[in-house]
Amino acid sequence: MTVRDAAWSAYREALPALVASLVGGLLAGLVLGGMRAELQEFSGLLVLVPALLATRGNVYGSLGARISTALHQGLVEPRVRAGDERLRAAVAAALANGLLASSFAAVATFGVLTLLGGPVAPLPVLVAIAVLSGLLSGVTLAAVVVTAVFAGYRRGRDPDTLVGPLVTTTGDVFGMLFLLAAARVVLAATGVV
Amino acid sequence: MATAWTVRAISRATLPVLLGLTLVEVGSGLVLGRFEAQLLRYPTLLTLVPVTIGTAGNLGSILAARLSTAFHLGTLSFDPGDEALAGNAVATVALSVTLFPVVGVGAWALTALVGGGRLSAGTVVTIALASGIGLALLAVAVTVAVTYVAYRLELDPDDVVIPVVTNVCDVLGVVVLFATVQVVL
Repeated sequence: MTVRDAAWSAYREALPALVASLVGGLLAGLVLGGMRAELQEFSGLLVLVPALLATRGNVYGSLGARISTALHQGLVEPRVRAGDERLRAAVAAALANGLLASSFAAVATFGVLTLLGGPVAPLPVLVAIAVLSGLLSGVTLAAVVVTAVFAGYRRGRDPDTLVGPLVTTTGDVFGMLFLLAAARVVLAATGVV
Repeated sequence: MATAWTVRAISRATLPVLLGLTLVEVGSGLVLGRFEAQLLRYPTLLTLVPVTIGTAGNLGSILAARLSTAFHLGTLSFDPGDEALAGNAVATVALSVTLFPVVGVGAWALTALVGGGRLSAGTVVTIALASGIGLALLAVAVTVAVTYVAYRLELDPDDVVIPVVTNVCDVLGVVVLFATVQVVL
């Protein structure tokens, strides 16, 4: 195998997944570009964005990988049944870890910005936005990942190759949409208080 | 090693790494915060942020996954003349040169569509492509270095390399975009 062959095969295999996540990333960017008012209202919210988006990818990518491995091993049946204890535990752990990491990101952002003396929104506001967006996008992403992995597996596709592009694409879009929604809800709530 | 399917066991296995990676990402957020005024002034740049971070992370994670597999199969050697290594490195740069102009055109067109874009298509594509080439070269360097360290320390590259590389490339995505914007604008 020459370098040229190796490069061509790597290029061809990677391109479709990268294009899918590129589309998701652009849509997420469109949402981010449209939330300038919220970014100006809550100092430090922009600093939180990469951590929140990465958390979605890290947590639900790992959930998808765990479920695909379990399907391959026959540990989990490809049916969405509330009675499946393993599936429930995996989803609950993903939600809990996602919420914990999101609040941790909010606390760390607040701490660092306070130390640097920069302007920063109050801690409860940042935590509320992080937790609310983490909860909304977490429930949505868990449903998307479980449904898509099961459907793909039943149609005879290898779920391992589905999970990566699916989570990066939907994670960015839903992550940003629910971040905008959470920021608006918290903005409305702080306006009332 | 297999993890038991309980909330406690799964959390214990994944939480320490997850929180560490979250801190790394807060670091990239701080870089983003440094040029917040510029981003708010030019919404097209804001539109570029998630897709640049995402594509950089994906380029790194795909390269890392391929090198880890080659490493497990014993077909990888850390020699610049190695076909698998050189071929994957070339493919990473080629993918970046293919995708980042599309990223630039897409970000420019979407922002123009909703209104508020102040930068010309040429400027946005220049920023995207220059960032993309810089990121591809850095992604190759970081991935090869981390895979090599994992190999020397006898760690399983699948466990270590992919999350580390993905998140480091996320951070580099913001840093390189920031640097490029300072040079171009």
